[in-house]
Amino acid sequence: MRVFVPSFVSDWSRLLSRWDILAVLLILGLLVFLGEASRHLFEPLADLQRTPPSLDPRNLPEYAARTTLRMLVAMALSLLFTFTYATLAAKNKQAERILVPLLDILQSVPILGFISVTVVFFMALAPGRVLGAEFAAIFAIFTSQAWNMAFSFYQSLRTVPTELVEASRNFRLSPWMSFWRVDVPFAMPQLIWNMMMSMSGSWFFVVASEAISVGNTTVTLPGVGSYIALAIEQQNLKAVGWAIGTMLVVILVYDQILFRPLVAWADRFRFEQEPGIVAPRSWVLDILRRSRIVDRVKRPFAALWRRVLLPRHPDNVEAVSRAPRTRPGWIAFQLALIVFALTALALWQALRFFTEGITLADVGTVLLLGLATLIRVIVLIALATVVWVPIGVWVGTRPFATIVVQPIAQFLAAFPANVLFPIVVSGIVAWQLDPNIWLSPLMILGTQWYILFNVIAGASAIPAELRAVGASFHVRGWLWWRRIALPAVLPYYVTGAITASGGSWNASIVAEVASWGNKHLEAKGLGAYIAQQTDAGDFHRIVLGIAVMSLYVVVINRVFWRPLYHYAERKFRLG
Amino acid sequence: MNAPLLDIHGLRHTFPKADGGDLLVLDGIELQCVQGQIVGLLGRTGSGKSTLLRLIAGLAQPSGGTVTYLGQPVLGPAPGIAMVFQGFALFPWLTVLENVQLGLEALGLPEPEIRKRALAAIDLIGLDGYESAYPRELSGGMRQRVGFARALVVHPNILLMDEPFSALDVLTAETLRTDFLELWGDGKLPIKGVILVTHNIEEAVLMCDRILLFSNNPGRIIREIGVDLRQPRNRLDPQFRELVEKIYVAMTARTPNAPTGRQITINTVLPRVSANLFSGLIETLAAEPYRGKADLPVLADELHLEADELFPVAEAMQMFHFAEVEGGDIKLTDIGKQFAELGTDDRKKLFQKQLLAFIPLATHIRRVLQERTNHVAPKSRFLDELEDHMSTEDAEHTLRAVTAWGRYAEAFAYDDDTGMFSLENPS
Repeated sequence: MRVFVPSFVSDWSRLLSRWDILAVLLILGLLVFLGEASRHLFEPLADLQRTPPSLDPRNLPEYAARTTLRMLVAMALSLLFTFTYATLAAKNKQAERILVPLLDILQSVPILGFISVTVVFFMALAPGRVLGAEFAAIFAIFTSQAWNMAFSFYQSLRTVPTELVEASRNFRLSPWMSFWRVDVPFAMPQLIWNMMMSMSGSWFFVVASEAISVGNTTVTLPGVGSYIALAIEQQNLKAVGWAIGTMLVVILVYDQILFRPLVAWADRFRFEQEPGIVAPRSWVLDILRRSRIVDRVKRPFAALWRRVLLPRHPDNVEAVSRAPRTRPGWIAFQLALIVFALTALALWQALRFFTEGITLADVGTVLLLGLATLIRVIVLIALATVVWVPIGVWVGTRPFATIVVQPIAQFLAAFPANVLFPIVVSGIVAWQLDPNIWLSPLMILGTQWYILFNVIAGASAIPAELRAVGASFHVRGWLWWRRIALPAVLPYYVTGAITASGGSWNASIVAEVASWGNKHLEAKGLGAYIAQQTDAGDFHRIVLGIAVMSLYVVVINRVFWRPLYHYAERKFRLG
Repeated sequence: MNAPLLDIHGLRHTFPKADGGDLLVLDGIELQCVQGQIVGLLGRTGSGKSTLLRLIAGLAQPSGGTVTYLGQPVLGPAPGIAMVFQGFALFPWLTVLENVQLGLEALGLPEPEIRKRALAAIDLIGLDGYESAYPRELSGGMRQRVGFARALVVHPNILLMDEPFSALDVLTAETLRTDFLELWGDGKLPIKGVILVTHNIEEAVLMCDRILLFSNNPGRIIREIGVDLRQPRNRLDPQFRELVEKIYVAMTARTPNAPTGRQITINTVLPRVSANLFSGLIETLAAEPYRGKADLPVLADELHLEADELFPVAEAMQMFHFAEVEGGDIKLTDIGKQFAELGTDDRKKLFQKQLLAFIPLATHIRRVLQERTNHVAPKSRFLDELEDHMSTEDAEHTLRAVTAWGRYAEAFAYDDDTGMFSLENPS
């Protein structure tokens, strides 16, 4: 039996360790950052316009802090949404039928186009205050983060192994307790991976959502995004360079301080218990784990967590049995009625909305423009495939190259490509290139990396035995690619390509229209259409553009990507 | 002392089928568990014995009949009934200690008591020193010890064990069984009765005071066998062997009914037995020392097969009329002996002949293919037909079994990419 030493005996044998000092610094830094960044929230909007953002690089740390804070707030909201929405969908059969398809469609809505619509709403909620504009920006970021997190959580909840569910029921855990002790831990690794993806994706939107202009109203929130917007307006390449540098630093820091520790910590929740996989490590987590001060501070919180948040079973000791909860049919009926009513209302609203300001000709034009963007997306994904698949396979089959390249590819995927747009656009202006062709690559600038790092992951997962078989039968050249490499990476490639294609549609809204100072470039396409209508403040046509783009994305997902994914999963998934 | 801990009366259970009907999995179950007994539920995979265990645990509700625990109906997971799982069901994100504490935390006990009881259970089950380990760091045997400690720590009256040793290697399983029986015999376990689900005949005879034999499709109790041997029991004891033999005989006694008495139809659930296993077993039986006839327990021992693995092969050989099973013995027929002497190609021909003569589903598939002008038919066509009469899972298994046989016999071909059966083989 173990001997328990009272905690204070060992704790104060040495007053402070270096881990403690580092931990305190980390936490202090975090507090200062939060305080500094939220100081301005309650200023009237007029103040904001009186002190317009300046291109002085010394402002950049503050701007970066504010931008990051917006993302963190949005991330907290996304988590809240995930835990409620996805749980309801997974636990309630009736709700599931509505919530899951809804989420699938929401995923396909191009968020960028939506900012203009929501900003008006949120400004009205807190008129005259910075808070309203902040809400709008945070909401935009939230919409770029929440959907895939909720989806991943829903899928995890549905795949909790039956025996674990039975064990938790057999030991009579309350639903609340089994949610936190069974469901959430099981879903954690996937959820954290999706949080990282969401965070990466949302940099793109944070940059786009800080300088919002709808019709005549322009709201500029201090942040890296508005800094870049200003730099473009003033054609200041040096300032653009500063902004890029800042972004690089910020992404590196949050990766090290936030996600690396999270991933390393979540490793214990991995359900597969096979040995041999190298556990991820993080120096920040090591500091936090080894520090005694953190341990002491943490302890009361942990106790509180156990006592308050995981309350005991109310009727546990006496009750011989709990009657199974019955869900009477009339609840389902009511639910169906509500959904039906809401659908009817939405349909009526939509019809009225469209018949007011939109003609059939408009719809035709928008569909055609969508086709133009579709062609761009297809060509770009094809190009990216041709370029990155061979490179990814080459890298993935060489362990050393993988170690070097994989983090870079993931980093590039996290980097908001729209920060780089000014450089490309200034080039197009300088050489007077055709925007219809040369603006297009911007759409895939940020999203192509998903293809690369997924293919690398796939290639490095080819079992050594299979590669040995290939080598021993002298399978080389095209035969090797056709029979071994390409089939093995296909499921991974498809995963990456789905993300890349969805991201490209979204990016078209900022990529098909670009400006450099007073020069405006425009490519013909649905993205440009939505951007123009936003400038004009024509809500009917904004919504029409968004609806059609969503339609394109949904249809392509259903008829192309999804079947391809299932085929690849079934046929080529190894192990 | 003699009031039953658990009383099951007239219990039946059905699963919903794909076509909306019900599939009967358990029927007419009567069972009493009294204090101080280990009751064994012994049957083949799919005899519904694990389902019965879950009904007792309150994890599911029976379609008919009653489960009464200490005079109260079981309507949900009841305190005082704890379960040990086949796959351990440990939470990988909790340490050994935390896993053991979980059930006590759910009871809302004060923290010092939780800790005290958990450490005592860990101590009892021999997990000292492993308190802070995560399950992934443990061997299978140690993991199942955690499973036992977790179940015992809540001081249940009844311990349910769902094939708790079947995921372990032979030696580890034996150690765990012995340790458990020792603790049970010394009265060190805080439990009053045990129900053990198993498909391992020797395990049942080794551990149980009473053994209930289950039939398949639907699960019914066909026989009750009391075991009066003193613990610790010796596997080599003649009385022990006699009991094992007796159970083999009882479990194969109705098997002859399967092909002849209960006629095989298109809708009979087929065992998934590979043609290789067929050939191997027929060759073994034909050769020395068996010369065409073997005692099933001896054969199982010799081939390192568990009864649960041997029975399907025996049953399939009977369906093909390669062998006959009776009174715990398996005997090659003349066709079986002939098969043993043939070369690969001739074996295939004979196999085809038997397949098309005695397995109606194979005949049916071939006839459908012949009748169609292009000689192809989708898998779903046959699957839908089967699902009207059996569970989705059984239908899938049955079709896979017949597909594998059809391929070996070259009676028909199947392309998994397209999901199509066809008459032609790729040339």
